Amino acid sequence: MSAKLRSTISKIGYPLLTLLLLLLAWQLVCSLGNVPKYMLPSPADVVAAFQKDWRLMLGHARVTLTETFIGLFLGIAIGFLMAVVMDRFSILRKMVYPLIVVSQTIPTVAIAPLLVIWMGYQMLPKIVLIVLVVFFPITISLLEGFSSVDRDTVNLMRSMGANRMQIFRYVKLPNSIGHFFSSLKISVSYAVVSAVVSEWIGGTQGLGCYMTRVRKSYASDKMFAVIILISVISLVLIWLTSLIHRLCMPWDRINHKRHSHPY
Amino acid sequence: MAKLEVKDVTFSYDNVTTIIKDINLTLNDGELVCLLGVSGGGKSTLFHIISGLNTPQQGQVLLNGEDITGQTGRVSYMLQKDMLLPYRTVVDNVALPMIIKGMKKKEARRIASGYFEQFGLEGTQELYPAELSGGMRQRAALLRTYLFSGDVALLDEPFSALDTLTKGEMHRWYLDVMNDIRLSTIFITHDIDEAILLSDRIYLLTGKPGTIADEIVIEEPKPRRKDFNLSEDFLRYKREIISKIGA
Repeated sequence: MSAKLRSTISKIGYPLLTLLLLLLAWQLVCSLGNVPKYMLPSPADVVAAFQKDWRLMLGHARVTLTETFIGLFLGIAIGFLMAVVMDRFSILRKMVYPLIVVSQTIPTVAIAPLLVIWMGYQMLPKIVLIVLVVFFPITISLLEGFSSVDRDTVNLMRSMGANRMQIFRYVKLPNSIGHFFSSLKISVSYAVVSAVVSEWIGGTQGLGCYMTRVRKSYASDKMFAVIILISVISLVLIWLTSLIHRLCMPWDRINHKRHSHPY
Repeated sequence: MAKLEVKDVTFSYDNVTTIIKDINLTLNDGELVCLLGVSGGGKSTLFHIISGLNTPQQGQVLLNGEDITGQTGRVSYMLQKDMLLPYRTVVDNVALPMIIKGMKKKEARRIASGYFEQFGLEGTQELYPAELSGGMRQRAALLRTYLFSGDVALLDEPFSALDTLTKGEMHRWYLDVMNDIRLSTIFITHDIDEAILLSDRIYLLTGKPGTIADEIVIEEPKPRRKDFNLSEDFLRYKREIISKIGA
């Protein structure tokens, strides 16, 4: 067995073992302690609920995912544009940046109902909420990446006669890819959560909506099932982001290998 | 006519502290000229001016007789660190100056690849800089400098980051390559041995603000004899330089 495989197994194996033990304990508490199902469904109940309702859940998941993707895409585009403009015109950065930071202290759950009042029960308020949540980490991280370029590298490019666009394309942009992806990982999970939250508040479709319905009918087993589904969706999206990250930065692996320490 | 001429250049940041004063120097075609002086003496500032990154308060920089004061993109400049972009492969790094000048990427890569063997970089085209040794990175940076302009190159302490053994090897290799490509070069160093070994002429930059104190011509023919750096002539040059810069 290769060392890499062994380390992967031990990395996944140990937390998996903990999880299994927890599930076992949970099942035992439910079976032996005679807890009513609407208070705490057992893992077996949750699995059964998922088996029964999975078609419905996936239908809702499709709506949530659509909102998430549109919101993410727009959020990234707006975040990118803002970062580029603020990097280019420092006066704009001085004017806007502090306000953006302060604006982030407004809790999402407080804006969501307002958005519903302004924009109705369709997809629009959900997408807007996701955009509001996503663009911030993207803007901040890209700005950080743009401005952390090595001054001497920029001087070298200038000495070669490179114009502003070329310096951006060959130095600033590639320099900030790493920053971008670490913030994208955060943004992806925020986006899913925001979609669900805004569906709670008003809407007819989506996992958040489904969640509100099963909560109102005290179907805790379905509640648990949908919570797990949302977690899984987030995890898959984060994993996908990491995968794209690795594909976009083939040099990063080499640099890591070179600089990694034996301990 | 001189390849490159620096005429009466004076430079100060914010017109307060004068860094260099009344600098005059010439570089002839195919010549290897060294700018020797203590750290912080304004050597890099002078390079910033010749490369066009800074504009002097007074004086001119002439390339083939044409005034290029304050113009970037005319002479190639290799800064102290190798500055290879970590996210570009070696060939893409080396081809970058040609791409910036507007050449098609494919064509630039093809031209760049043609020099890999001569620069001791064969087989490294598709590697990333992090996979190269220090000496190879430096050679890649030199190739990039050369491909930017085969006319005049400014090298700021090109070998200072290397260990002594690699350095000696690089010196031999460098003299060989220069023999072939005849790139007119000014390089900065604070290593007296390196200056004597590589240069045709040495300018001594001393004082605050920095001025050219003297010019020393190394008469030793190129290629240098094998034990030149251990010879009496070598030591004579070294003594002369040390007494003049007061080191």
